Amino acid sequence: MAGTMPDADVLDATLRAALRTGGDFAEVFVEDRRSSRARFDDGKVEELVSGRLSGAGIRVRSGSSVGFAHTADLTAAGLRSAAQTAAAAARAGGSPTPAGKLSRQQAPAPNEVSVAPDAVAKTRKVALLQAADEAARAEGSAISQVACLYGDSQRSILVANSDGLLATDEQVKTLFSVSAVAVGDTGMQTGRESVGRTVGFELFDTVDVTDLARTAARRALRKLEARPAPSGAVPVVIGPGGGGVLFHEACGHGLEADLIAKEASVFAGRIGEQVANPMVTLIDDGTMGTEWGCYAIDDEGRPAQRNVLIADGVLMDYMWDRLRADRADRPASSGNGRRESYQHLPMVRMTNTYIANGDSEPDDIVADTPHGVYVAHLGGGQVNTATGDFVFGMTEAYLIEDGRLTAPIRDGNLIGNGPEVLTLIDALGNDFAMGSPGTCGKDGQGVPVGDGTPTLRVQRLTVGGTAA
Amino acid sequence: MHDDDPTGEALASLGDRVVAQAAPGEQIEVVLVHSAETEVRAWEGDIESFASATAHGVGIRVVIDQRQGFAHAGSHDEAVVAETLAAARDNAAFGTPDEFQGLAEPDGVAVPEMDLYRPELAAVDPETKIRMALELERATRDGDRRICGVESADYVDALSVGAVVTSTGIRSIGRDSSCYLSVYSLAADGDETQTGFGFSVGRSVEDLDLRQAAADAVERAVRLLGAGKPATRRTTVVFDPWVTAQFLGIVGSTLSGEAVLKRRSLFADRLGETVAAPCFTLTDDPTDAAAFGAGETDGEGLATRRNELMTAGVLRQFLHNSYTGRRSGTASTGSAVRGYAGTPGVGCMALVATPGDAAPDELVAGIDDGVLVQGVTGLHSGVNPVSGDFSTGAEGLRIRDGELAEPIREFTVASTLQRMLLDVVAVGNDLTRLPMTAAGVTLVVGDVTVSGE
Repeated sequence: MAGTMPDADVLDATLRAALRTGGDFAEVFVEDRRSSRARFDDGKVEELVSGRLSGAGIRVRSGSSVGFAHTADLTAAGLRSAAQTAAAAARAGGSPTPAGKLSRQQAPAPNEVSVAPDAVAKTRKVALLQAADEAARAEGSAISQVACLYGDSQRSILVANSDGLLATDEQVKTLFSVSAVAVGDTGMQTGRESVGRTVGFELFDTVDVTDLARTAARRALRKLEARPAPSGAVPVVIGPGGGGVLFHEACGHGLEADLIAKEASVFAGRIGEQVANPMVTLIDDGTMGTEWGCYAIDDEGRPAQRNVLIADGVLMDYMWDRLRADRADRPASSGNGRRESYQHLPMVRMTNTYIANGDSEPDDIVADTPHGVYVAHLGGGQVNTATGDFVFGMTEAYLIEDGRLTAPIRDGNLIGNGPEVLTLIDALGNDFAMGSPGTCGKDGQGVPVGDGTPTLRVQRLTVGGTAA
Repeated sequence: MHDDDPTGEALASLGDRVVAQAAPGEQIEVVLVHSAETEVRAWEGDIESFASATAHGVGIRVVIDQRQGFAHAGSHDEAVVAETLAAARDNAAFGTPDEFQGLAEPDGVAVPEMDLYRPELAAVDPETKIRMALELERATRDGDRRICGVESADYVDALSVGAVVTSTGIRSIGRDSSCYLSVYSLAADGDETQTGFGFSVGRSVEDLDLRQAAADAVERAVRLLGAGKPATRRTTVVFDPWVTAQFLGIVGSTLSGEAVLKRRSLFADRLGETVAAPCFTLTDDPTDAAAFGAGETDGEGLATRRNELMTAGVLRQFLHNSYTGRRSGTASTGSAVRGYAGTPGVGCMALVATPGDAAPDELVAGIDDGVLVQGVTGLHSGVNPVSGDFSTGAEGLRIRDGELAEPIREFTVASTLQRMLLDVVAVGNDLTRLPMTAAGVTLVVGDVTVSGE
C-alpha cells in the first residue's frame, strides 16, 4: 500500500507548483483506502463488495481564499496538474512563495491494530454474518427479517504542507451491525444494534456478534407492545451511552470554530461563561484508544488531542482546524481538521465527544422521576447551530411512571434547544458508557465519530409523539 | 471536460473490453462514471473556497453460478480496472446461490431522448461562477436590514458522463449537466438568530434565478424572527414544497420492490387498495426532462419509464430493478438506482404528486387554525419507514383565520405515514423543482400532532 504514496521529492515539487503564483500556504493530502463490506439479508449472503479509492487533494490558500483540486492520478505529472488547478482557483496571482523543507513528524497511534482486515479470509467474515442472522431469528418467531452488515476499511493517509510538515497514518476501522424486523398485530417494528472500533478483525475477539443480534431482535420484539409516544414537554432520562448523541447535537456542532467564525452558533462569544449545569464536563478526544472516532493524525497532519470543551459547566474552548486556528492567531489547530476523503476540503469536525461521569446511581435517577420518558437507545439527530434547536431520535424508549420504567413507546424525535438543555440537565449518573458508532454529516461530508455519556436526566424536553 | 470523449464512447469502449472477458456461464456488468465539478463559495464579499475536480469511478458486478460479487474503484486506469474485475470475481464465490440473481437484459423499451446535457455549461468561465457566488451573497445580505450574515453562498456545477455495459447485451451511455445556487442566511433581532435558505437549480446557468434564491433565503429567515414554541395540539398542517418533497421521498422508499420482497414495506400486501386520499396521485417519472432526477436510463442501463404509483389514492404498483422484478414474477420498471460504488438498489428518481388547482394562499385561506411547516429536521432519526411512525422537528408559522400568523419553532410534527397519506386534504398548484428525488408542492394534511409546550 505504501508503495503507491508519492515520495518526498514528488511532494516537494507538487508544493512548489502549488505556490508558483504565490499564496500563503499549500498542502497535499494523499489517501489510499481499501474497504470491504459483506451484507447478509433476507436469509442469504447478498453480496461481498471490495472498494479502492486513492488520490490526492491539493489546497492552496491565498489571503482569505482557498483553491482546491483533487486527482486520482498520483504520478508526479498528475499531482503537478492538480496543483496548478488549485493555484489558479486560489487566484493568488503573484510571484512564487518558497515552501519549507519537508521533515517527517511522528504522532502516537491511539492503539495497536493486530489483525489487518485484508489478511482475514472472507469465509470468516461471512461466518460472522450467518451466526448473527441465526441468533436474531432464534429470539422469536415474530422476527420476520434480519439484515447484518460487516464492514472494514484500511485508510492510509499522508499530509505534506508548505510549513515542511510530512506526516502519515494508517487508520483501520471495523464495523458490524444487525437490523431486525418483528411483525405482530400492530404492524412491523424494527430494532438495530451496532459496534464499530478503530481496530482490525481482532474486534471480534471481544465482541460477540450474536449478542448484538439478540439485542437488535429484542428491541424490535419489545416494540410490538409499544404505545404511541407522548406529545409535549416532559422530563427525559437517557440511558448510559445514548446521551452522547444529545451532546453531539445540543452543543458539539455549535463549538466548531468554523460555525463560530461565521456567527452561525449560539455559543459564539461565550468562552468563560457558565453554559451548563456545573456537573457537566464535555470532552472531545481523538486519542481514545480503540473508539470509532480515533486517529493518530487528523486530515491536516495534526496529532489527535484530548480537548476539554466544557469544564464544570464553564465553556473552555472551541474545536479548531488549521484555517480557523490561523485566522484566530492560534499557534495550532486542536487536531479536529477532518475530511471524508481526498475529494473534500477539511473542516472542523468532532472525534469522540463525551460527558464525564457524575455522582448519581442510575437507578436513583429513574426512581426520582415521577413521570417522564426513558430513552434506552438513540438513532441519530440534527441541529441548527445558529438557533441551537436540535432533534434526536429514540429507537428504544419507555414511559416512566411513579419512578419506574413501564410501557415501551414507539419511535419518534425529541426536540430541544442546546443552550437551554445544557442548563436543564439536573442529574448525571456514575455509569459512563460509549454509544453506538456514528457517521456525522456536515456540509455533505460524512466522518466516523463516537460519543458517550453516563445516565442523565433533562428536566424538560419536547417528545414528538402522538399520544396526549 | 470530456473534450477527449465528448460522446462517452471511450467509456463504453472500456466497458466493452471488460465484458469481453466474461467466461462461459459468467455475466459481467461494468458501470463507468466520469464527472467534473466546480464549487465556489462566497463569504463576506470574498471567495472563501473554489474547488474544482474531475473524478472517475468504475463498478464491476459479476454473476456466476447464481452468485453475485461486486467491486469498485475510483480510477479508470486499466490495471486498476483489471484488479477490480478480479476482486468482483473473487467476491462472487462467497455469495449465497439465488436463482433470481442475474444482470438486466435488453427489454425492448425505447430509451427516451432528453436534452439533459448542455455543453455550454462546460464553457462557463471561472470568473462568471465567482461573480454569481458573490452576487448571491450580496443580494441576500442586501435583502433585508435584519439579515446579519450569510453562512454560505455557493455556486455548484457538475457535468457527468456514465456508461453501463453488460455481457447480456446492454450498452447505454448517459450524459448530464446540472448546476445550482444555494444560500444559507442568518437573520438577527437583538439576541435572537434565525436561519433561512434559498436555491435555484438548472441544467445551465441561464436556468438559474439568483434573485429568487436570495429572496427566499431572506424571507425564510426574517419571518421566523420572534418565534416561540406552540402549544401541543392536533391540527392541520401545511407542508411547504421543500418539506413535501422530503415527505414524498420517504413515501417513495416504502414502494420499492426490494422492501416489499424483504417484508420491510408497510404497503406490501395492499396493491389495489386505497392507501391515500382521493386527491393524491403519485408518479415516478424520470422521463420528464424538467425533473431534477430525470435520466434516460436507469442504473442497470434499461430505459427509464413513467410509473404511476398511486392513482387517486389507490396503490397501483411497486418499483423494480431486474432482480426484484424477476423474483416478483414481473419485470423491471427501469428503477435501478445506484452509484458506481454499489450494486443496483430500487428507488424513485423523479417523484411528483399531481398538483391540484388551488394556490398556496388559497389553501391557507381555507384553514381556521393550523400550522405552516417551512422546515423539518431529523427525518432520518424520527421517521421509521418500516413501522410508519413519523416524527420530525419543525419550524414555521401559525395559521389563524385563514392567514399566516406568528412564527413558531422548536416543535415536532407527528403521525404515521399510513395516516398522513389518508389525511391529505389538498395538493397545491405550485409544482416546484428542487435538487432532490421528488418535486415540491404545497401539501395540506389534517389531524397531525404538533408538540411544543
